[in-house]
Amino acid sequence: MKKILVFLLTVLTFSAQAAESPQEGKFSPGDMIMHHIGDDYVWEFAHGVTLPLPVILYGENGLDIFSSSNFYNEQHELQPYNGYVNEHGHIYYANEEGHPRTRVNEKGEEEHVGPMDFSITKNVASLFVSVILLFLVFLSIASAYKKNRGKAPRGIQSFFEPIIVFVRDDIAKTNIGPKYERFMPYLLTVFFFIWFNNLLGLIPGGANLTGNITVTLVLAVMTLLITVFSGNKSYWGHIFNTPGVPWWLKWGIPIMPLVEVIGIFTKPFSLMVRLFANITAGHIIILSLFSLIFIFESIAIGPLSVAFATFMNFLELFVALLQAYIFTLLSAMYFGGAVEEHDHHSDLGHGDAPHAVPATH
Amino acid sequence: MNPLVTPSLGLLFWQVVTFLVVLFLLSKFAWKPIMKALREREDNIDSALRMAEKAKLEMQALKADNERLLTEARVERDRILKDANDVATNLVESARTKATEEGQRLVEQARESIQNEKKAALTEVKNLAATLSIDIAEKIIRRELQDEPAQRALVQSYLQETHLS
Repeated sequence: MKKILVFLLTVLTFSAQAAESPQEGKFSPGDMIMHHIGDDYVWEFAHGVTLPLPVILYGENGLDIFSSSNFYNEQHELQPYNGYVNEHGHIYYANEEGHPRTRVNEKGEEEHVGPMDFSITKNVASLFVSVILLFLVFLSIASAYKKNRGKAPRGIQSFFEPIIVFVRDDIAKTNIGPKYERFMPYLLTVFFFIWFNNLLGLIPGGANLTGNITVTLVLAVMTLLITVFSGNKSYWGHIFNTPGVPWWLKWGIPIMPLVEVIGIFTKPFSLMVRLFANITAGHIIILSLFSLIFIFESIAIGPLSVAFATFMNFLELFVALLQAYIFTLLSAMYFGGAVEEHDHHSDLGHGDAPHAVPATH
Repeated sequence: MNPLVTPSLGLLFWQVVTFLVVLFLLSKFAWKPIMKALREREDNIDSALRMAEKAKLEMQALKADNERLLTEARVERDRILKDANDVATNLVESARTKATEEGQRLVEQARESIQNEKKAALTEVKNLAATLSIDIAEKIIRRELQDEPAQRALVQSYLQETHLS
């Protein structure tokens, strides 16, 4: 166990080192960190160990698929390829000098022009890895349930069963109520998807997938869509005709409906930002701690930095689970609010029950 | 805008497609069988527990029943014994009474019969005595009357004895 830890930390340190920009010879922690938490066209596991990923572009030249290694020459320097140029992690059309082509937009600003980019980037590749992992784990568990039907769980099945039961009993049943069953597939999928990807992101060389705003945006929009489409009469009634509110706040000055409608969108927005910020922040902290070694250029700071980073890593392992739990829990609460049957007589006093979401970080 | 908070089209596309595929496939091939199996097992455990509880109650009921039956049997036995005893006593008693009565009746009958016989015998004896007496008297009278002088003497003696006043 100790050996593995030492190995992981060494790899992480090496990959941190890899970000040192060779041209200037000066270490810039900001660039290194942004490079690590951002997306890329290659997957750099450690310094020198990179996997070029396919680039898929659709634009004025039609569909173009090629390896991202074409953007690098023998000295690992960027070069234009096939009329495209890779600059600051984006692919643009190249002009004659091999620089991104520009155009002036409506506001009169100059901007780069590029094709639509469907490349299998580091994040997309990591997404596929996580999906394969999810399939492997849960299909084998499902077959285990078929094999020892009615018997006690065994092996990997017994590890995941309490978690599945927890999601069902403590997240879905308590927050959604009797109609929980139809939300179970989404809640379980989103829980394990986030958790697995959080953990994959913690592996040195892993991608920061759940700390990517696009991914959390998609997940949050899914929750939003499910909430809105499963909203019953009472849910919409509470939004446009909130009980217990003076009539003039609803029909005279429509503040309440406005606030409630904004609320529909702020809830998933908070889901999106919370997951993104927590995971990205964790990565930034760990990377910053390692950067200290290179900033101080002292061997003495090494053990301290490693100790802190180790502690942070353990904390992040916890956060990985916690954030998956929070996302799932809040989604379940929103679904619960959407399908709840209100008893209007008793509900007048305490207002909108499902909005009473507990404070989370 | 900061690249950190700028959604990118490619990842958006892949994430939507992949997540929907994962959601669909896992729902169909993982969550459905898993949830079903879990529910089945829970139902099984639940019903097993309920059955055990029922069996326990039945056991208790059975035990109580047995106890009750035993007590009842004991009471019944006692009752039967007592009845038998009573019957026997009654039987003996009634037999004795009957015997006594019969005896008395027989004695009475005998006595009555003896009385009757005695009466008849006495009547016969009286009749016989009367007949005999008459016969003897006849005979005597006839003989006496044949001896006329003696008769006269006798009448004379009677007449003398009789004081006519």
